[in-house]
Parts: sequence; structure tokens; C-alpha cells
Amino acid sequence: MTVLGELHFKPLNFGRWVIWGFSAIVFIAAPQVFDSGFARALLSQMAIMIIFALSYNMLLGQTGLLSFGHAVYSGLGAYFAIHALALIGKGSLVFPVSLLPLIGGAAGLLFGVVFGWLTTKRAGTTFAMISLGIGEMVFAASLMFPGFFGGEAGISGNRTAGGRFLGIDGLSFGPDIQVYYLIATWTFLCMIAMYALTHTPLGRIANAVRDNPERAEFIGYDAQRVRWIMMMLAGFFAGVSGGLSAVNLESVGSGAVHAAVSGGVLLAAFIGGVLFFFGPILGAVVFVFFAFALSEYTPAWHLYLGVFFVALVMFAPGGLSSLLLLNLRVARLGKFRRLRDPYVGVLGTGGLLAAGIALLIEMTYHLTLGIGTGSSVKVFGFPFDTTRGESWVFGSALVAASGMAFEYMRRRFKREWDAIAIEIEDWRRDNPEQDQ
Amino acid sequence: MSGTPAVPAALQLVDVRKRFGRTEIIRGVSLAIGTGERHAIIGPNGAGKSTLFNLISGRFHADSGEILLDGKAITRRKPFEINRMGLARSFQITNIFPRLSVFENLRCAVLWSLGYRYSFWHNLNNLADAEARAEELLERIGLRRRRNIQAGLLTYAEQRALEIGITIAGGAQVILLDEPTAGMSRSETSRAVALIREISQGKTLVMVEHDMSVVFGLADRISVVVYGEVIASGRPEEIRADPKVKEAYLGQPAEAA
Repeated sequence: MTVLGELHFKPLNFGRWVIWGFSAIVFIAAPQVFDSGFARALLSQMAIMIIFALSYNMLLGQTGLLSFGHAVYSGLGAYFAIHALALIGKGSLVFPVSLLPLIGGAAGLLFGVVFGWLTTKRAGTTFAMISLGIGEMVFAASLMFPGFFGGEAGISGNRTAGGRFLGIDGLSFGPDIQVYYLIATWTFLCMIAMYALTHTPLGRIANAVRDNPERAEFIGYDAQRVRWIMMMLAGFFAGVSGGLSAVNLESVGSGAVHAAVSGGVLLAAFIGGVLFFFGPILGAVVFVFFAFALSEYTPAWHLYLGVFFVALVMFAPGGLSSLLLLNLRVARLGKFRRLRDPYVGVLGTGGLLAAGIALLIEMTYHLTLGIGTGSSVKVFGFPFDTTRGESWVFGSALVAASGMAFEYMRRRFKREWDAIAIEIEDWRRDNPEQDQ
Repeated sequence: MSGTPAVPAALQLVDVRKRFGRTEIIRGVSLAIGTGERHAIIGPNGAGKSTLFNLISGRFHADSGEILLDGKAITRRKPFEINRMGLARSFQITNIFPRLSVFENLRCAVLWSLGYRYSFWHNLNNLADAEARAEELLERIGLRRRRNIQAGLLTYAEQRALEIGITIAGGAQVILLDEPTAGMSRSETSRAVALIREISQGKTLVMVEHDMSVVFGLADRISVVVYGEVIASGRPEEIRADPKVKEAYLGQPAEAA
């Protein structure tokens, strides 16, 4: 599994055009397919998170820097953008709302220069700890300086303040769909820019510094300088995502620079996988699904996200992108049919197990948090009475039975998967050139 | 000891000293290595040979003394500065970029010398000069067929060859090789010797080496380091005849040619 696909021997990089074209179509079509207000808000969040997670992976996956304070750059970017938006509203600043993300990006870049200089002297644990410290520091500052950070209420603006976009009637970024397409355009451009960066001398040397910073110094590169520049650029893109968030939500509070946001982007990047460029894109979509969609239905979404994350790290440490590519390779070698039945078994029993666990969790949450709303809770559309023993017996029995079935299926799946893995290892040894 | 010759030596050490804690590891080493010379540094384990390399290449800094590259002081410079001034080194323990492909390892190693620095406005795949240099290096170190493999998956001997490839990639005039044949079989060693002979054409080569057949087969001059001091320095036949060397070092290993 080489990290860097060698595509440049294909004359026109046809595959790459197909993938970017397909991405553009997804961005354009998604809000037409999912056309409720909620779905569109969700899609906007996903697009913003994609930029944020990709910018995070410029540090983690590409440069080997584990940051616990990435919210500093998106959050400060969001604050600068919302202040600019408020000024536009007052008429004291003339600046197109559509370009506000650039103000966020400039702020992210600036703080990347300042904080990056402090944090990138060392990699590894030292970097991680300093990034954590700076995150705490900025959050503390957000409470200390209510003039800039807006205190409890935060700062708000009005995204229609700029008036008509390009003089076109009715195009003011007021309606959800308009702001979505603004966000989607920025996301698409940022994706291309960040992908392009991975194919530049700096991008490649960042990989070299990630792999072996000392050796990089003996081929003429200042490893600290490489980390620093990557930090600035990551700060820029994080700031753009913050600026988009400010335009989208029309309000920024101190939560924007909170450690929870830094932790969230770390989860998103890991869920998608940091080894491949597109990993964090998948991770961002899944993370936003948990954090913004599932949270509408259940207060236990943190728990589900945590369980999902633990299961993923245990069974697929390379994240969803690695899982996807491994399966694609199995398919390319014509071995996927052998996995079909095991997959049906594992996913079927796994789904039942998850449903059983969710039922017990929801009933427990209802007992402790749902006081005064009656004894009945709806799970997957079915009402369950939390005061009756049968509900609990049913839930427990479902978990026990599907748990055992799942374990059996999991072993069967693992046997087949391992057998295929060995065959692929043999194949790789014989055909090292064709391996990707 | 410190008289400067008319033409500055490619590499000159003047009374270099280094201590770790209370132990002085390098105890006043002076050495002048001429341009175009193949110079071997030999000595028993723990004599300070690798430390000497680390001092020259900027990995450690000397406590006192002066190190000159083409007459310019590099004593307190950082590794990347010394590299940019024209000195490259390999490592005793293989030191490559394990998750990059063999080709990418070499392409990374040529980028600085071609002036691409920290560029994020060039597309790597359009840099014909970097690609051509990397391909040529692949050919020279004999890893053409392994081009797209992750470097961490290469065999040991292949990784050693890649290590040399990375070292010479930037076109440095002074090349330091730290035990380039350590751990290799006979046939791998002879291939490595041929490679070293080829890549050091027209360059100044300094190498630490334990295999005496390699040393006496390659070196124009040899310095013997014992307990952090150079006890003898000269042409191979002089070293072989030197009674101090015989006593301190060559008497022991049976491999002596």
C-alpha cells in the first residue's frame, strides 16, 4: 500500500479528472436530492468540516504533527470573519461577503505564523503538548476579552449585509441554498488547492520530514521550517473553514476555539484515515452526521460516536479510507465474491447488535434524563415502555443473541479475510510493480 | 599541526574536541583531506569514528577546535546548512524515508540542490530536471526495478544502496559514508564497493569502514583513530607498516589484507 499513488505515467491523468468531476457533481446535486432545510444545513456543515479536516491532515497525515489545538486557527478565523461581517453590516467596511473566508484564512495564516513558530521547533509529543497549551490559552483569552470574543453571547452578523452578489437580483446569500453553494464552491476550491499542495516540492518534503526529520536535514532541508510553513498553510485553510462557518451561522461564540472542536477534527481525520488525501473528507461527512444529525434524535450521540470510533480504531486502524481501498484491491483481484456472504453475515448481525445496544442506551437515557416525559420512549419508530420488565428483557436478549451471532460471523469473516490477505501478500511479492 | 596548505583541503579538522558528560570522546583530532581523495577512517569499536562524522556533518557540535569545508568554517553550522555548502553523509544505521517510494526518496534528495527549496507553486510531476536526476540515480544504484516500492519494504542491501543514492543525490563534492558495507554478504559487499568507486569519481570521499578488504581496496589514504585520537594517517602501505597501528588495531582482526 504505497501512500502516494503514482499516477503520472498516465498521459492525461484521466482518472483524476473523473474523480474531480464526480465530486463537483456531488456538490451540485446533493442539496437538490436532500432538499429539506435541515438536510441543506447539514450539507453546509459537512462541506465546512471537509475543509477543516483536510487542513488538519496537512499537519497530521502529511507532516506527522499531532495537533490538539487546531480549533485555534478555525476559531480565530471565524472571529475575524464575523467582525468583518458586522462591520459590513454597519456600513463601515466595504468587502464582498462571498470573500469573507479569505479574511478568516488570513487570520488563520497569521496565527499560524505566530503560534507555528512556537510549536514547530519540535515534533512528536512536545508539539502535541504545546498545541494543547496554546489551545487552552486562546480559549482562556476568549473569556478574558469579551470585547473581541463577545463573551457569553458571542459576536453576530448578518450574511445578507453585503447586498446583492455581483449585482444579481435575489442573490444575497440569505436563503440556505445560496449559502450552501457559496460554501460548496469554497470547499471545492480548497480541496483542489490542498490536493495540489501534496504534489509540490513542499508537500513531498513534508512527507519526508514526517518519515524522518533528521534525514531531511541532511538533504538540505530545515525540518522546523518545513513544519512551520505547513502550519501556516494549514492555519490558512482552517481559517477559511472558520470564515465559512461565520457566514453560515451568522454568529461565533467562544465555543469556536474550544478544545472540543480540536478533538472533533482529530476524530474526523482518524475516522476517515490520515494515510490518504481523501480520508478526512469521508471522516468529515461521518463526523458531521454524528454531531449534527444524530444529535437531533438522541442526546446519547457522543456515546455512539465514541463507540464507533473505538470500534473503527480497533478493527480498521487506517480509517474508512484504508478500509475502502483494501476492499477495492480485493475486488480488483477478483476475490470479492468470497467476501460477499461473510459481509452479509457480519453486517446483518452487527446491525442487530447495534440496534440492541442502542435500545438499552436509549431506555437508560430516558430513565435518567427524560423525567416528566412519560415512561415510553420511541426507538427506531417503535415505542418501548421503560417501566416494564419486558422492554429490558427484550433489549438484553437482543444484545445477547445478536452478540453471539455477530462473534460467530466475525470469526468466519476474519478467516476468509485473512486467507485473502495472505494470497494478496503472495501476489504483491510476485508483482511489486503493480501494487498501489 | 594547524598550518594551512596553499590550496585549502576539501575537509580540514583542527584540534577538534568533544566530550559527553565527563568523558572526552574526541581528544584533539586534526586531519586534512585533499580534494578528490578517497579517505578511510578506521579504528576499533568505540574509538569515536561515528562521533567524528557526526561532528563534521553538524549532527553534534564540537566543544572546541575548527572544522573547515573548502576553507570555510562549518564548526557550528546546522546539518542542512552544511549540506547546502556541499557535504553529504550516509548513516551507519539505515536512514531513509520509509513510507515514500524509492523514486520519491531520491527525488526529495535532489530538490534542494535544484533550487526548488520550499516551493508550493511548482507541480512536482512537471519538474523534468528533478525527475531525470532521480531516474539517473535509480539507474546508478541499481534499483530501477524497485522504483515504485515503498522504501521501508526494500531488502537490507537495497536500503543501503538507497542510502548511498540519497547521499549523492544533491551533487555534494564531499561525501561521508558511515560503514557503507556493514552487515552485507561478500557478493553484496563487492557490488557496494563498485558502487562507491563509481559514485566517488571526481569527489572527495571520507568513509568509516570495518572491512579491511574494502578499506585497502578503495582508500587513497587511511587515518587510524584510537580512543578519540588519530594515531596514524597516510597511504595504505604506510599504515600497514606502521608499528603503532599494528599494535593498536591491525594485529587483531584476521581480515587484514
